[in-house]
Amino acid sequence: MSNDFARVAEVSSRELGARVRLLRLLHIDLWLAVPLLMLSVGGLFVLYSASGQSDATLNAQIRNIVVAMAVLLTTAQFRVETLRGASPYIFALATLLLVAVAFFGVGAKGAQRWLSLGFIRFQPSEVMKVAMPLALAWWLSKKALPPDLRSLAVAFAMVAVPSGLILQQPDLGTSLLVATSGLTVIYMAGIQWRYIFSMIALALVSIWPAWVFVLKDYQKQRVLTLFNPESDRLGAGWNIIQSKTAIGSGGWEGLGWTQGSQAQLDFLPEGHTDFIIAVLAEEFGFRGVLLLFLIYAVILGRGLLITWRAQSSFARMLGGALVATFFFGLVVNLGMVSGLLPVVGVPLPMLSYGGTAMVSMMIAFGMLMAISTERPVTRAMR
Amino acid sequence: MARQLNQMQDWARETRITHGRVTVLAALMALVMMGLLYRYFSLQVIQNEEFRAQSDRNRIAVRTVSPTRGVIVDRSGNLLAINQPSFTLAITPERADDLGNVLTTLSDLLSLTETDIELFTQARKRRRPLSPVPLKYRLTDEELAVIAVNKHVLSGVSVLSELTRHYPEGDLLGHALGYVGRIGIDDVDESEKEAYRGISHIGKVGLEAYYEDVLKGGLGVSRLETNARGVELDVIDRIEPVPGAELTLHLDVELQRVAASAMGDMRGAVVALDPRTGGVLSAVSSPRYDPNKFVNGISFSDYAELRDSRDAPLLNRVIQGQYPPASTIKPMLGLAGLNRDVITIDTMIPDPGYYQLPGDPRRYRDWILRIRGTGHADEMSLRDSIAQSCDVFFYELANRLGIEALAESLDEFGIGSLTGIDLPSEKPGILPSSDWKRRVIGSSWYGGETLIVGIGQGYMLATPMQLAVATMALATRGTALRPTFVAAVDGTPVEPEPLLNVSAATAYWDEVFAGMVDTVSSVRGTAFGMRSGLTYSVAGKTGTAQVVGIAQDETYDEEALSEYQRNHGWFIAFAPVDNPEIVIAVLTENSGGGSSAYPVARAMLDYWMSPDE
Repeated sequence: MSNDFARVAEVSSRELGARVRLLRLLHIDLWLAVPLLMLSVGGLFVLYSASGQSDATLNAQIRNIVVAMAVLLTTAQFRVETLRGASPYIFALATLLLVAVAFFGVGAKGAQRWLSLGFIRFQPSEVMKVAMPLALAWWLSKKALPPDLRSLAVAFAMVAVPSGLILQQPDLGTSLLVATSGLTVIYMAGIQWRYIFSMIALALVSIWPAWVFVLKDYQKQRVLTLFNPESDRLGAGWNIIQSKTAIGSGGWEGLGWTQGSQAQLDFLPEGHTDFIIAVLAEEFGFRGVLLLFLIYAVILGRGLLITWRAQSSFARMLGGALVATFFFGLVVNLGMVSGLLPVVGVPLPMLSYGGTAMVSMMIAFGMLMAISTERPVTRAMR
Repeated sequence: MARQLNQMQDWARETRITHGRVTVLAALMALVMMGLLYRYFSLQVIQNEEFRAQSDRNRIAVRTVSPTRGVIVDRSGNLLAINQPSFTLAITPERADDLGNVLTTLSDLLSLTETDIELFTQARKRRRPLSPVPLKYRLTDEELAVIAVNKHVLSGVSVLSELTRHYPEGDLLGHALGYVGRIGIDDVDESEKEAYRGISHIGKVGLEAYYEDVLKGGLGVSRLETNARGVELDVIDRIEPVPGAELTLHLDVELQRVAASAMGDMRGAVVALDPRTGGVLSAVSSPRYDPNKFVNGISFSDYAELRDSRDAPLLNRVIQGQYPPASTIKPMLGLAGLNRDVITIDTMIPDPGYYQLPGDPRRYRDWILRIRGTGHADEMSLRDSIAQSCDVFFYELANRLGIEALAESLDEFGIGSLTGIDLPSEKPGILPSSDWKRRVIGSSWYGGETLIVGIGQGYMLATPMQLAVATMALATRGTALRPTFVAAVDGTPVEPEPLLNVSAATAYWDEVFAGMVDTVSSVRGTAFGMRSGLTYSVAGKTGTAQVVGIAQDETYDEEALSEYQRNHGWFIAFAPVDNPEIVIAVLTENSGGGSSAYPVARAMLDYWMSPDE
């Protein structure tokens, strides 16, 4: 697989010189686009193996990637100002949709997350992933930074309401991601450190009441299982035990593509979705994991660099939040599969099977590209 | 302008703030990513071996492959214990749509009893998940057809084919062979558990139990790759099972048939040994039972009937029945008297029909007194006393020997000791002595008790097998071999082992043998009725064992006693006298006396000694 990655990288770098102007015109940032493509293509190999060599799954995922890439390209064409202008409306719409889900939502696996429009079903919580950082960046950029207390209060309310709506679906993973995307905007806005530390302290103090009053039994079970998977070998502990076994048995070199016994013999649950890193780790070994980390590191680094270079505070807050949200999802997934964090349903960005998450992620990267390719001219316009 | 300047200042300040935040974010990300990377490194590289082993344990299932149990054949190769394919109806409860419904349907189709259902419910609790639970064994062809036709309404029902132990001779060899049964919780201790994985039956009694280790064979093991649902995908490797060893018995199934039919309805036991090998040629315990009933679990009522019957059919009387040996020990005591110089071949003892110890008014009666009102003759020699089973002679002989020498002599013939026969649960009998009495009864020995022991009564008890071995010691002039059923294991002969060694002068043996030959052939011999038509020489000795004590001056009145209080009959014999080929001991319970036992021996000897054999 690493060879395939190398080949793609090689071709891309050749194109870089020749078509840099065209890329500029299309608002494509190669430092983001190439790693994202590598993840998508490499991810297809892992997914093919993880799904038990299912052509159907592979085709569906290719379709997802094509759609997501189209969304990425489309989003990248917007001007940052346009995005900023649309922010409050997108947020209002997303919030309305979440309320609608609460009343008219469609259930799956005991959770009410989907909204059906007859011809299409989608998760409004995914829309909120994009809407949240946009709206907060819009709100906080209306006044000079750092925000005053009144702005902060409104900002926190804007984070709390949608997160709360998503949490009661219930969907802890997405709720955390949405909240994170909002909170990082506040962080980027320059909220005083003493507030940050006070909030962390408050969070620690509220662990107990949250445990008693907020978390559902299955969520508590996941946390307990994290500390002692053996306590429930065949129940909640099964996922953690099997994924750690899969990762650990991969060794340095891995067992070979489609050769991982944990993945191929169905010991690993959710191998093609949330736990796909375990399949990669088992079949491609630590070498494969290392390569994956490097690609993610390039994406994160590039994302932060774009944020740094961004022309406006709005763009920097938005960019920082988008990168941080991507990072947060990554950490939660890599941490839960390797048994460091409780199991919450968070997919591995770009690798896990699934269209919706990929599309909302590509919108985020599209916005980052929009930010990165924005001409300094916008500064003069301010 | 001022507004623009203000905006420029704001812009610079905001850039500074956000740049600071980006820097902190970058540092945080770098740290967390390094930490996560180390986590994967730790799992994959440092703990690799541990997880690789765990992964192998996950995917590799070890299945045992059952060996076939060794067959048992008689001396001519006739099959006595075999493995037959049989079909078992089983249900995998997880695969049944509606278990209650399936059971009801099956009950109607196969007329299952409530016991069947109950046994099924019990078996279900003990088995592993997703494994089939047996419901009915040994399906007939009709039952198989009914199941096949109704297969569509019987979800979760399967028909298993397995090898089941079968005893073609049925009850003829029940006690000797014993039987195998489903392994129970207490049958296998913890250390043997591994060796019995995948084996459903274990030898419970008889030869099946005694030779369990050689019959059972070695387990085969196959390692299979399975998926998370336990579905077997591929065989990784396989060690073939080692079949159990074939046992060849000394036993002759035809002789066994002769013995069994000669016993008829009588309770008792018959043993025939080959004195040259110690081999058991025949062993019948009567009443008999069919071991096939036990193989797949006997119903409680059937078992209760066998267990609670007054006739105790489950008791193997050959090795577990303990009876007073009575007059059968007279040849051995005669030899002891000669050996110890308390009598000679020419010693004559007066016989008034009773015996009295000096200074003791009690009369010890001779059995002949009741019939003739007097003794066998005025004076009796050893030879005649053996032939006519004269009690008075042996009262005197016992008195001269004393209890210690008497016990010592009988011990040489193995009375009171296990014979070491290759069957479990053998009983040792009792050889009383003054020491034994002090130890067990807790009182001292009386002189009169010596006399009673001298005619094989009193405390003394022996099993038919012990008497057969003692008779072998006589027949071989002192060298008895350990009795064994098994002649060869997988074709390798079992070497005979010496058991007893009695030394005496040739003239002494000759004299005792003469008495035993007279028993059968002289007019006044106690087995005289056996004589007619004999084509070979036989030495024998009868015995009549009292079941109830007869008080002084009271007479034994057979008519007045209930069946279970009547005397037991004994007969021991060997033939031909000069070069014995067969030794027989027969016991008939409550038959009145030895005259009911010797016809059994005669039938067996006729079969064994006939030229065409």
